[in-house]
Amino acid sequence: MNVAAAFFYLFAFVLVASAFMVISSRNPVQSVLFLILAFVNAAGLFILIGAEFLALILVVVYVGAVAVLFLFVVMMLDVDFVELRQGFLQYLPVGLVVGLIFLAELVLVAGAWVAGPGVASAVASAPPTAGDVGNVQAIGRVLYTDYIYFFQAAGFVLLVAMIGAIVLTLRHKVNVKRQNVSAQVARTAKSAMDVVKVRPGQGL
Amino acid sequence: MNWQDTLIQVLIILGQSLALLVALLVFIAFILLADRKIWAAVQLRRGPNVVGPFGLFQSFADLLKFVFKEPTIPAGANKAIFLLAPLVTCVLALAAWAVVPLAKGWVIADLNVGVLYIFAISSLGVYGIIMGGWASNSKYPFLAALRSAAQMVSYEVSIGFVIITVLMCAGSLNLSAIVEAQNGRFGFLNWYVLPLLPMFVIFFISALAETNRPPFDLVEAESELVAGFMTEYGSTPYLLFMLGEYVAIMTMCAMATILFLGGWLSPLPFPPFTWVPGLVWFVIKLCFMFFLFAMAKAMVPRYRYDQLMRLGWKVFLPISLVAVVVVASVLHFTGMAPR
Repeated sequence: MNVAAAFFYLFAFVLVASAFMVISSRNPVQSVLFLILAFVNAAGLFILIGAEFLALILVVVYVGAVAVLFLFVVMMLDVDFVELRQGFLQYLPVGLVVGLIFLAELVLVAGAWVAGPGVASAVASAPPTAGDVGNVQAIGRVLYTDYIYFFQAAGFVLLVAMIGAIVLTLRHKVNVKRQNVSAQVARTAKSAMDVVKVRPGQGL
Repeated sequence: MNWQDTLIQVLIILGQSLALLVALLVFIAFILLADRKIWAAVQLRRGPNVVGPFGLFQSFADLLKFVFKEPTIPAGANKAIFLLAPLVTCVLALAAWAVVPLAKGWVIADLNVGVLYIFAISSLGVYGIIMGGWASNSKYPFLAALRSAAQMVSYEVSIGFVIITVLMCAGSLNLSAIVEAQNGRFGFLNWYVLPLLPMFVIFFISALAETNRPPFDLVEAESELVAGFMTEYGSTPYLLFMLGEYVAIMTMCAMATILFLGGWLSPLPFPPFTWVPGLVWFVIKLCFMFFLFAMAKAMVPRYRYDQLMRLGWKVFLPISLVAVVVVASVLHFTGMAPR
């Protein structure tokens, strides 16, 4: 058995096992940690198929940023696990029904799947020879040269969503004291102090 | 390729990794001492001066002391995660060195995406702190873990943009190629530190925040949080945390050296200086960067947390974003962009 295949089975096994642990683990923090393990193994699978840029972006974005925020929130939850389990049998039938419907729909969709007319030829045409075009250059060419307008449009959608979130949560409270850093920095002895000569007996 | 060749290759890589690891750890032992000595010198103290000549063996004495103490695990701690956290910190910090080119061709894994690899590994460093803080089941470590999560995620953003400006100038994500791109007729004038000086400053300050060094060591601010996320740790697990922290600092110094100070290149590109091996130049630059880190620790008072967040999001992020646009425009319109 060659080395790549051995690593594939290692990554795939750990990925599936840790994905299972995400939903079966008792403690939500442990769930998130298993989710991170799953992400890292998925990155390993990406590296095996030669997509090292995607693999590292997966680690940077999902593990390095998104999962940190998950963990951040989950850590602060105060969950009573005994209470959480009490309703388990009560909700089990509903969950099973929903799961079965979802599974049936997936089977129906996947069964009726027809590959588009261009796909067969696209798969058959050889990918650009490795060494000629690197991973980063290939992705950059597709994103920033071939599909730049779609890419920009996607960026705008995200920007609008972000501005929307800020507008929804922005509240100006009247009585909150804020630090005005530029005003503090601009203060000099002249503007902050007033030297007054006080004559005896007169006061200010 | 038959299995003997594979085995020999694996053994060679193992040997190289082991050699790098040992050299790095011995180097870190003296860097730790240097940190304390510089700090002491600024405060007009002697610093560690008892163990060995000039206290040179202080770090090794500390190592023995940590290893021979009994590790204690708090009763309420989550045992597995509590012990996993220091390991994660230390292993991740050491793993980043696999792609660092020490001299021309002296690199264990010459990855095409080396910069991204180091960036990814250093962004994972926060997990050791969060896991340690949470698993201790104690309030000060927990507060420290929350602080560090927010702090490290914030400063990664500006480090990312700074790296992008360098990448645009070099035209590659390979660390060796980035160093070679700074090789030119004018020696140190070709290094990116001069044309990208503002980026270098932002990178340096963000690196201080990313490695939780003073003045941004709010994660272990002793006047507020006892010792931060390591309050419940002792003995070898504590040693691993400390080791991981210093290895991460050296990784950041190496990044600054490679991205801005021309890696192993000689500052003056003519014979008496080019005879010096590249490794020596690399180590000198590494020590210089660490000296800056140590002086920042000795001279600057600790930031307040809201000011730290303001600096990251309201100052560095806009500046580095604008810098990306400016550098890209300059490269594009003057035709200096690498092909």
